[in-house]
Amino acid sequence: MKGNSLIRIHECFILRNGKIIKEDLWIRNGVIVNPEQVFYLEQVEADITIKAFENLIIAPGFIDIQINGGWGIDFSYDSENVEEGVKTVAQKLLAHGVTSFCPTMVTSDKDKYAKILPKIKKSQGGRDGATVLGVHLEGPFICPAKKGAHADQYIRNPDKGLESLEEVYGSLDNVNIVTIAPELPGALDAIKGLTSKGIKVALGHSSASLAQGEEGVKSGANLITHLFNAMLPFHHRDPGLVGLLASATDKQVYYGIISDGIHTHPAALRIACRTNKEGLVLVSDAFAAQGLADGSYRIGPMAVSVENGRAYVAGTKTLCGSTTALDECVRTFKESIGCTLEYALEAASLHPAKALGIDHKKGNLNFGCDADFVVLNPTTLKVMSTWIAGEMVFIDEDISNIE
Amino acid sequence: MRLIILEDADVVADWAARFVLQRITQFAPGPGRRFVLGLPTGGTPLGMYRRLIQFHKEGRLSFQYVTTFNMDEYVGLPRDHPESYHYYMWNEFFKHIDIDPAQAHVLDGNAPDLVLECTRFERLIAQAGGVRLFVGGIGPDGHIAFNEPGSSLVSRTRVKTLAYDTLEANKRFFGNDISKVPRQALTVGVGTVMDAREVMILITGAHKALALAKAVEEGVNHMWTVSAFQQHAQTLFVCDEDATQELRVKTVKYFKALSDEHQKMIEGAPAGEALVLH
Repeated sequence: MKGNSLIRIHECFILRNGKIIKEDLWIRNGVIVNPEQVFYLEQVEADITIKAFENLIIAPGFIDIQINGGWGIDFSYDSENVEEGVKTVAQKLLAHGVTSFCPTMVTSDKDKYAKILPKIKKSQGGRDGATVLGVHLEGPFICPAKKGAHADQYIRNPDKGLESLEEVYGSLDNVNIVTIAPELPGALDAIKGLTSKGIKVALGHSSASLAQGEEGVKSGANLITHLFNAMLPFHHRDPGLVGLLASATDKQVYYGIISDGIHTHPAALRIACRTNKEGLVLVSDAFAAQGLADGSYRIGPMAVSVENGRAYVAGTKTLCGSTTALDECVRTFKESIGCTLEYALEAASLHPAKALGIDHKKGNLNFGCDADFVVLNPTTLKVMSTWIAGEMVFIDEDISNIE
Repeated sequence: MRLIILEDADVVADWAARFVLQRITQFAPGPGRRFVLGLPTGGTPLGMYRRLIQFHKEGRLSFQYVTTFNMDEYVGLPRDHPESYHYYMWNEFFKHIDIDPAQAHVLDGNAPDLVLECTRFERLIAQAGGVRLFVGGIGPDGHIAFNEPGSSLVSRTRVKTLAYDTLEANKRFFGNDISKVPRQALTVGVGTVMDAREVMILITGAHKALALAKAVEEGVNHMWTVSAFQQHAQTLFVCDEDATQELRVKTVKYFKALSDEHQKMIEGAPAGEALVLH
């Protein structure tokens, strides 16, 4: 299959414009093409017609904007062979339908940022692994009272705005998202500085009141990191960051949700979803133990123990990270809140793409978008095949011959 | 002229599809021998297209050696607009069958020179050897394609400014905003369709009853353009019971008495005998 071949994937159920419709998917040169235009203008037929996916679901590839690692790799800790580590995870993610991701670094020592950050470059995905959209830096500019599993000793204030961040992180060239607590001194300046560079800002690990959260949003933030976790609980006189879901600011705020069935109660998921439907972004927040058995692992400088798939800061009952990949989160999410399949799939594709401002290229199957997509079994939602830029990068062994 | 009266719209769709199947099969198209088919859009022929797609999927009908010409298209509407006839034909028919894209002709309402586009279309029909079977529907005012009341009965493919009634009737497809309805269309002429060897006109529903009566019981009249087909050598009107409400009892009885004859017209079609027709 050459990149410039016109490929027609025959009679699938395609997620397009919020609906699953019986339709063929046409791709060429790495993007989705309008077959009507090909028919009338170019007057050609497909070079290759694939019938192996008939009656399966095709959804946009999943986009994971918060993932700390997996398969033994910890993006925040393993400073040797960083490239190889990222590659390993990027490769393994393909079987989970993830076509793009933001490797996430938790609060770390300055030295770690210097060693690791320059080595995680934005890269186009393919057979070797999912696309790296850029690094998500979660901390150290967070509120100590809401540190979760982040290491106390490295947490700090962004007193001098963007300058403080650059002091700790070094170059921001490889960075896509920064999670920051908006109530910290200098935080609003930092948010303005980051967003003016095109970096997305997520509010999180924070004790912010709603008013402080709204200041953060006005300064340019458009995301909330793992809603409900590591923030003030909802209070009716000051709903805190959770209140941003229904605040009067006219900007769409997106919020990450870990839907591994552990971090957030289904009722809380439903509250979030009914309050702000378009903003819900499924994230895995997975770490090194993803894809591996119970045992001892780490997230950055913290030791973590995994018991029955639940990850705790060693010796405590503080939940940290998840061991669940995004495809599983989609299934759990759909079951636990009883939403439509369309919505669950968009929460892992279209919504993160919109949050990152890349929905003109990714997160949907509109004509002209990147041909990044996942083929799913309609009943089990098992990932049967994954494609990046029009190239098949994963195929389940149950489908032997695709042509 | 034959008038075939069938039970309801579903039976009309099935009958029409089987007639097309029969005619193409009989013709035995192949390399260098193409069957030329004229096609309409709209609600009435939709059922026929679905049956034809089914025949194709069952392996009973191939369009590999079929050339098609569509009747009309709006002017200035983007090709992929859901109300464009390009969009209709692609989604309701072409994408489901094995037709050669270069042989599926739809008038280009976005052509830089619309007059030239119309002459090109006529020339293409002539080069294809003329249309063997033209399938059409009619409007409640008896128009065929966009040949509205008052159109010349010898007209050829041309640019037509649409009547206010047509805009009013079509605005429901354009968010009920009459200013969004295209004011012009390209359409084959009455004469273009009259040149076809055979013509099949589908008429269903009580709202078409007056048009059917005018078409078959009164004289040829350019205010009911479809009446021109009274003078065509091989025209079939296929209608449902509802559409006969304005006809005389005598007319209905006469044509119903011929129904056994009419049935033979589609019996050459292979298989599918499980479907009982009336």
